[in-house]
Amino acid sequence: MEEKYIKHRYDPIIPSKDEWPVVKLARERREFVKKVAELAEARILGLTGKNPDILKEELETTLYREKLRVKQNPWAVDPDDEHTFWNEVKNSLLQINTDMALDKAQRFQAYQGLLHQITSRYAEEIASNFKASHYKFTRSMVTYGFARLLNAARVKGIKSIFSTQYTLQDKIQITGQTDQIRDLATKGTIVMVPTHFSNLDSVLIGWIISVLGMPPFIYGAGLNLFNISIFAYFMNALGAYKVDRRKKNLMYLETLKTYSKEAIQFGCHSLFFPGGTRSRSGMIESRLKLGLLSTAIEAQRANYQNGLNDISGKVFIVPVTINYHFVLEAPSLIQEYLSATGQERYYKENDEFSTSYKISKFLFKFFTKGSDISVSVGRAMDVLGNYVDENGDSLDKRGRRIDTRDYFISEGKVTIDQQREEEYTNMLGKRIVEEFHLINRVFSSHLVAFVAFELIKQKNNKLDIFDLIRLPEEDISIPYSEFKDACQMVLDKIFELKAQGKIDAAPHLKRSMDEIITHGIDNVGMYHAKRPIVRDKAGNITTEDMSLLYFYHNRLHGYAFEKLF
Amino acid sequence: MPSKNSSKSKKVGVVGVGSFGTAIANMLAEKNEVVVFARKEDVVEEINVAHTVSGRLLNPAIRATTDPAEICEQCDILFFMISSAGFVEVVRRFAPHLYPYHVIIHGTKGLALNLGRDESLESVQKIKRSQLLTMSEVILQETVAVRVGCLAGPNIAKELIAGHPAATVIASKYNEVILEGQKLLRSERFQVYGNSDIIGVELSGVLKNIIAIASGALAGLGLGENAKGLLISRGMVEMVHLSKALGGSVQSVMGLAGIGDLVTTCNSVDSRNFTVGFRLAKGERLDEILATMDEVAEGINTVRIVDAFIKTAGIRAPITENLHRVLFEDLPISDALQFLMKYPFSVDVDFV
Repeated sequence: MEEKYIKHRYDPIIPSKDEWPVVKLARERREFVKKVAELAEARILGLTGKNPDILKEELETTLYREKLRVKQNPWAVDPDDEHTFWNEVKNSLLQINTDMALDKAQRFQAYQGLLHQITSRYAEEIASNFKASHYKFTRSMVTYGFARLLNAARVKGIKSIFSTQYTLQDKIQITGQTDQIRDLATKGTIVMVPTHFSNLDSVLIGWIISVLGMPPFIYGAGLNLFNISIFAYFMNALGAYKVDRRKKNLMYLETLKTYSKEAIQFGCHSLFFPGGTRSRSGMIESRLKLGLLSTAIEAQRANYQNGLNDISGKVFIVPVTINYHFVLEAPSLIQEYLSATGQERYYKENDEFSTSYKISKFLFKFFTKGSDISVSVGRAMDVLGNYVDENGDSLDKRGRRIDTRDYFISEGKVTIDQQREEEYTNMLGKRIVEEFHLINRVFSSHLVAFVAFELIKQKNNKLDIFDLIRLPEEDISIPYSEFKDACQMVLDKIFELKAQGKIDAAPHLKRSMDEIITHGIDNVGMYHAKRPIVRDKAGNITTEDMSLLYFYHNRLHGYAFEKLF
Repeated sequence: MPSKNSSKSKKVGVVGVGSFGTAIANMLAEKNEVVVFARKEDVVEEINVAHTVSGRLLNPAIRATTDPAEICEQCDILFFMISSAGFVEVVRRFAPHLYPYHVIIHGTKGLALNLGRDESLESVQKIKRSQLLTMSEVILQETVAVRVGCLAGPNIAKELIAGHPAATVIASKYNEVILEGQKLLRSERFQVYGNSDIIGVELSGVLKNIIAIASGALAGLGLGENAKGLLISRGMVEMVHLSKALGGSVQSVMGLAGIGDLVTTCNSVDSRNFTVGFRLAKGERLDEILATMDEVAEGINTVRIVDAFIKTAGIRAPITENLHRVLFEDLPISDALQFLMKYPFSVDVDFV
């Protein structure tokens, strides 16, 4: 009954690493950074309407926020000269403001000079430090190291450490449109958009991309991850550029967007986590961060403007879902979610990935115990969310070929219309969420968590979510037979939707219901100190942690399964 | 994959030559070359030869065609001016010829159902928001065009043709659609406002037809102006609540396409919706009225759809509900009126 997973390693689509877009970009790093800084500067000047007063105000706002950040929220990864740099900006600004000898044009020029310094600094900071040798080393280390751990745990005997019986691909299954993405990656530029539940996702996706034989993708990784040296090494090796969520000023955001847009135009395959950050609630992202997504649309339009009308200038959006039985950070994520929703009185920042030790411990657990991960690769779309065929041509709902360029045309020409592109970004965001739901792969653990939570909710239908979470655990007990019936009911519905292509299900859901439930309960949140679902001595279903149960339950949110109860 | 890049100035298309379509085509023809689409060969010939359509004069420069491919090929911007009954069918006919560069602005006030193949309003009884579509949603669902707008407001075709001053709203999510529409239509006698809440504007135009039936009924009962003032005010409140539940904003109901059109329609004794209400009040039954009308009054269909929606939305809309009972459940109109007068409207304005 088990499905065939991709087990072989694909041949690289571009054998020579000198030809990899990301290597080319690294080679031209200095010119690229300069170009990004200049374009970002031009963009900001455009936004300020070249008005010196507005520009001055933007500079002052940026300065104020940056000084505040340096003082209140310094990170290990920040460069040492942060303080000096912003002080210099402050002094220059003061000098320009008070220098009466300057006329309007000179003043504007002086402000522009400052702007240039700032965008250059930001562009330099954002740019990735990809080194092909580090990439190769990391890749083999991840693959080799993980394989050793895995075999040590599963194959008995002294030689186990050298066994090659199990590879990482037994642990992490890749399904879906893998051939399509490989093929399109040789022809156009890919923007991969995965769901985001765990900090492990970045490494995982990086590894998947390499298994599929594709050159590394560049992606924006939270600067906070670079605080941890082991992560910083991985991230740099994987081609990450840096996204600093503390900096919310216009100049930073514009530089970041310019970087992303230019990299896509350069031909670098990119990876965005469109949810922005990890899903706090455990739900599939329903509202996407559209900032970086808009750069894919901008890059596509710019390619058309530059006359790149064939497939080499085409940008393909590929949604990916990552499915876990277990999310290491679940306890803190769900606490954050609940407190942000406003009812928890306090919450404690508790990042499980805060130290290298904790990460290694997790990785060891992950590879020595049997908890699988599957990654589903969705169908490629153009930047408007139309599916594309094997030639990369966009298809409308009826399968007619259409030209994506037509979306950017008015009065016969490709035009820049920011407002239009904002709407297109919204549309694309909605399409990605739809696709996430279609390719989402249900695990036994999602099913049991969903059913357990819904049954508890049903029995306490007067309580809202916050009261539910505070229910004393000893009051919760679901008779096994009732639980089993409800699981069957939801599973039937899942298979009904699967037949319509509206969801996907892991092969282990074809086992008998008792097996599925046992498998689910064994796996759901398996490394948490308090388990989301347990069976008591009488065999009834209960929980040790309602919040966690809620988190894992949320994975099946958005399919209207709750209406079955 | 034809991609039109010719720089020569494009023609403007008008699909449908009813009274409103004719009026708009004439206004457009003042500044642009216009092509109109009609289904019937003889209508096209009448336009091309005699420059009239059903007796109404048409600008002699306007050319007509029965071929959707031709009009789509010649025009980048199309005005869909068709009755709501034929809307879905016409849009489906045009779909194979439309491309993402086309801009479509429609002037149709109606709702379409979005049900499964073997479902009908009778079989499902209640409908959810996802099971009904505004006309712009029909276009988005059926075609690959995305730059879609709508035209709504107090625009009685007869007055537009006579050249009386008037105004309209073009609503679209895309600024370029609004600007393009304004550029094409604005004149000394015709003001064009823009609104980004296309759903709210479409719904205003749709929902006001319900109130127009009620207004006709009041007139038929001979109840005078106080009653009409009461109806328009309460009707507006009901439109606000329904529009909000269907995804429109309050502001749009307050605008030209909402209150502006509502007042006009409630006073326009020639309108089909008003007539239905009027004759109902005179004691005729719905099937008798329909038998003598060549085109269905859109408000009747709207009452049915909205009434089915109210059941799932958990809101009350007393005017719509009672009209539904009068139209389809044989409630005497006087009983409906009495019911409305007793209905506990406790607050005057509860939505701002």
